Amino acid sequence: MGNHIDSLIREEMKQEIFASVSRSKRKKVIKVVTELKEKSPLKHKLQRAVLFLALLAGAISMAAPFLWMVSTSLADPGQIFSENRAWWQEWLPTSFVWKNYVKVWSVVPFAKFYLNSIFVSLCITFGQVATSAMAAYAFARLNFPGRDRLFFGYLATMMIPGAVTMIPVFILLRHFGWIDTYKALILPGIFSAYGTFMLRQFFLTLPKELEDAAKIDGCSYLRIFWHIILPLSKPALATLTTFTFMGAWMNLMWPLIAVNSIEKYTLPVGLAYFQGVHNTDWTLLMAASMMMILPILIVFIFNQRFFVEGIKLAGIKG
Amino acid sequence: MKNGLRDKTKETIAAYGFLMPNLIGFLLFTSIPVLASLGLSFAKWDLLSDGPKFTGLSNFIELAKDPFFGKYCWNTLYLMAAIPISMAGSLLLAIALNQKLKGTVIFRTIYFLPTICSGVAIFMLWRLIYNPNFGLFNTSIAQFGDMLGLRLTGPNWWTDEAWAKPSFIIMNVWQSVGGYNMILYLAALQGVPRDLYDAAEVDGANSWQKFWNVTWPQISPTTFFIATMSLIGGFQAGFDQAYVMTGGGPNGSTTTIIYYIYSHAFDWYHMGYAAAISWILFLIIFVITILKWSFFGKNIHYA
Repeated sequence: MGNHIDSLIREEMKQEIFASVSRSKRKKVIKVVTELKEKSPLKHKLQRAVLFLALLAGAISMAAPFLWMVSTSLADPGQIFSENRAWWQEWLPTSFVWKNYVKVWSVVPFAKFYLNSIFVSLCITFGQVATSAMAAYAFARLNFPGRDRLFFGYLATMMIPGAVTMIPVFILLRHFGWIDTYKALILPGIFSAYGTFMLRQFFLTLPKELEDAAKIDGCSYLRIFWHIILPLSKPALATLTTFTFMGAWMNLMWPLIAVNSIEKYTLPVGLAYFQGVHNTDWTLLMAASMMMILPILIVFIFNQRFFVEGIKLAGIKG
Repeated sequence: MKNGLRDKTKETIAAYGFLMPNLIGFLLFTSIPVLASLGLSFAKWDLLSDGPKFTGLSNFIELAKDPFFGKYCWNTLYLMAAIPISMAGSLLLAIALNQKLKGTVIFRTIYFLPTICSGVAIFMLWRLIYNPNFGLFNTSIAQFGDMLGLRLTGPNWWTDEAWAKPSFIIMNVWQSVGGYNMILYLAALQGVPRDLYDAAEVDGANSWQKFWNVTWPQISPTTFFIATMSLIGGFQAGFDQAYVMTGGGPNGSTTTIIYYIYSHAFDWYHMGYAAAISWILFLIIFVITILKWSFFGKNIHYA
């Protein structure tokens, strides 16, 4: 019965839509349809409730390992092996052994790893954003012989896997005698074709009028770059900064290749080393892991917008 | 005229000034190494002898006969089973989050967490989660069994050759399902013109028909983009997790192509052989990239 009425209404509405060309009228019709649909609010509400519960279940399974990580990092080392724990004790910390977090710093040179990671990641981030922005400005706004061919060269190398270049770069740095120095950790990470490409695409979307006016006023290219291009590009620069920092902070393979003495280790290498030496100290390993991801979590929570925008930007480039 | 010429020279000088820092790095750490790597792939060198010795195609011939290389290629492909699973999950999540329910932003943040915190710390966490005796999975399975009055025991996860790869796939899906792909899908869904749904609704299409006839074709460029990017990433993946969790084992079951390159180059100092493998990897990625470009080149004309 209801179905029959529905289809009648629909038929009528089709007629109306065909008859009317005006968009506003069509909107109105659609509104009627939706209102009619919501005549069965119970079904609709139920659907949304089920969907919400499904999302919630998904979110719990995403967050569960982290919760377990926190509770393990705060557990008494003897306690986690006890067989007679209730299921909720797995999840919620029943003890708060903050000592685990303190102990990590004395068992391995954790402070050294941390400082190395901060220093290396900051240098790479600053260097990459600066050199990429400068090169991107030249590619986007300046005319010079060989520009297009050079840019094509940049584009072409973007698809070359890092595995291809890492071996000769290692040999080159070894030839310079830079292996096991901060230079080896930092320098290869600074120059990025991808960062240049991304910023160039962004600079191209900026309106040219301001620059033209500045040029007529006799502004130098450096001043245009510094006072017009950079301030207008804050979102793109923030996105590149965030992604570069995260990449540098997480990188395991290159530091493994570039350095070999413990006092040069960055956090990922240090953590892997820690695991090798203290294989069974679960509580300490989890406390150390917590401390490694904490800065990333903070960066993420405060810069969430840039992540979303950055991903979309990367997606559009196709 | 003279003035114009001077301006042009000025511009060129300025341009190369801006380019210089990046260009030096580009030459030193990208272009020259690419050529060097190609040269190395036709040579043998252990870093100790005076220099690389040219051996022609012998690295590639050895590679063709290397049973380990075949096995590790298979491992890499097997682990990529995580890609379609996580893409389907990402799409479902994006559709659900696009319904404008309460708390969407919080959900998105939580789903994104595993992607953000990837890396050594998370692999260490999963190593413990998969611990056969005390890990999260097996204790949960046992406790679930207790509730039913049964004695259930979970598998040995990554310590068991049969379970190692599935363990990694589960972990990789967890890591990527709510990450970049979900955000891309969400953006794509929001870009589907409302009119198309209106028209479908007036025609009496149900939810499934609307999805299949409107949403799916409209977001297909995004699907293709995600698929090709994931493939490119997938062929180069698997080093960190294997290094931290299994050391490539048990019995080489979690060693991927990139791990094999690393081992040859930096554990055994077979620089030429490692370079040869990396060029095979490059060729695979090159083919996928060409496919991607040709697809998008065509698509942009229609858009």
